[in-house]
Amino acid sequence: MSTSTINVLSGNILEEGASLTLVEICHNCHTPAETVIKLIEHGVISPTKGVTSSQWRFHQAALIRVDKALRLKHDLGVNIAGAALALELLDEIDHLKQQLKYLK
Amino acid sequence: MEYKDYYNILGVKKDASQTDIKRSYRKLARKYHPDVSKEADAEGKFKEVGEAYEVLKDPEKRKAYDQLGSDWKAGQEGFQPPPDWEQNFDFGQGGYTQGNAQDYSSFFEDLFGGGAGANGSQYYHSRAGAGSGGFQSKGENVRAKVMIDLEDSINGTSQSFTLQMPEVNKQGQVINKHRTLKVKIPKGIKEGQTIRLSKQGNPGLGGGERGDLLLEIGFNQHRLYTVDGKDIYLNAPVTPWEATLGAKISVPTPDGKKVAMTIPVDSQQGRKLRLKGKGLPRKEAGDFFVVLQIALPPSSLSNVKELNEKMRDEIDFNPRSYLF
Repeated sequence: MSTSTINVLSGNILEEGASLTLVEICHNCHTPAETVIKLIEHGVISPTKGVTSSQWRFHQAALIRVDKALRLKHDLGVNIAGAALALELLDEIDHLKQQLKYLK
Repeated sequence: MEYKDYYNILGVKKDASQTDIKRSYRKLARKYHPDVSKEADAEGKFKEVGEAYEVLKDPEKRKAYDQLGSDWKAGQEGFQPPPDWEQNFDFGQGGYTQGNAQDYSSFFEDLFGGGAGANGSQYYHSRAGAGSGGFQSKGENVRAKVMIDLEDSINGTSQSFTLQMPEVNKQGQVINKHRTLKVKIPKGIKEGQTIRLSKQGNPGLGGGERGDLLLEIGFNQHRLYTVDGKDIYLNAPVTPWEATLGAKISVPTPDGKKVAMTIPVDSQQGRKLRLKGKGLPRKEAGDFFVVLQIALPPSSLSNVKELNEKMRDEIDFNPRSYLF
């Protein structure tokens, strides 16, 4: 194991970055548009604006959700509906844990 | 090389049926999946389970593995594949395994790996190199959770984090590198948000650009403040007479200063006093809430008993009247 240090890095807050198009989501998540559209149909992500698919814009946080959903699908053999359900339940657990933290 | 007991990893007996192996694998995969599990070494365990299943699910590989003999114990060093290994089983060509040998242990790689590299669909971080023959492909994004203090978000300071990142060296081997990064914390970042450092993830394949590094932010517990989204809360103890008569008190603020606050007359326990815009500094700044906590003086202090007896006898007040 070796160690290397680099200079101060600046990044942007993913959740607040510029919005993304469908093409950019597909490129970043290495996945075809059909899959992303299925994820939208199951409510894993949803466009913040736009009516047709070419007008759609997404929060950058959608990248994380698409990645997570695809990993669950690939690793656990669940279908997209199953991955969507798991993500929703995980969100709820996070939310409850957060509340529990305040009550303690 | 360390011998790996794949049966033990999956928690099945040597004579387990393929169905049992599959069932056990699925259960453990769900349990240790890094997106689901909160266990510290979930990712490592998940990979180990995946590696074990990769061998045991395939009758031919399982047979070969069984032939290594049962004298080996898990973790035992000095394991070498027998010289005639591969005589009956041709695993050396690479591409045989669907999983990516890069992500597996050297034990697996020596037995089944062959050309460790970008063949087949990749395993865990996957997606990136899937089916990459001679293509260029962007590297995988790397995710990590890092903890910062509330003050780091308020002041937008730079923080150092040490991350363990697997990297592929020129020989195609995976080595774990400790990488220390100094990262500027964006001012006002909220818990649960992610800092995206572009091109700081894993290298691409075939000269493709690097993936991104995604740092999910968590807040360390603070001695005084709790944070909810962009709002910050402070519990401020007050005396019963301050709460009833009103008072001016001094409280600390998250930016390290002090502020004078007026407690209104007749403040009940839990009353929230808001300082607008003194929460996390953002385009739309959060608020700072001071929550009054009425603290009762102990009866051991002088006069407390007498004065409370006097109040009991002279004040006509029944807080429980609505219960009946």
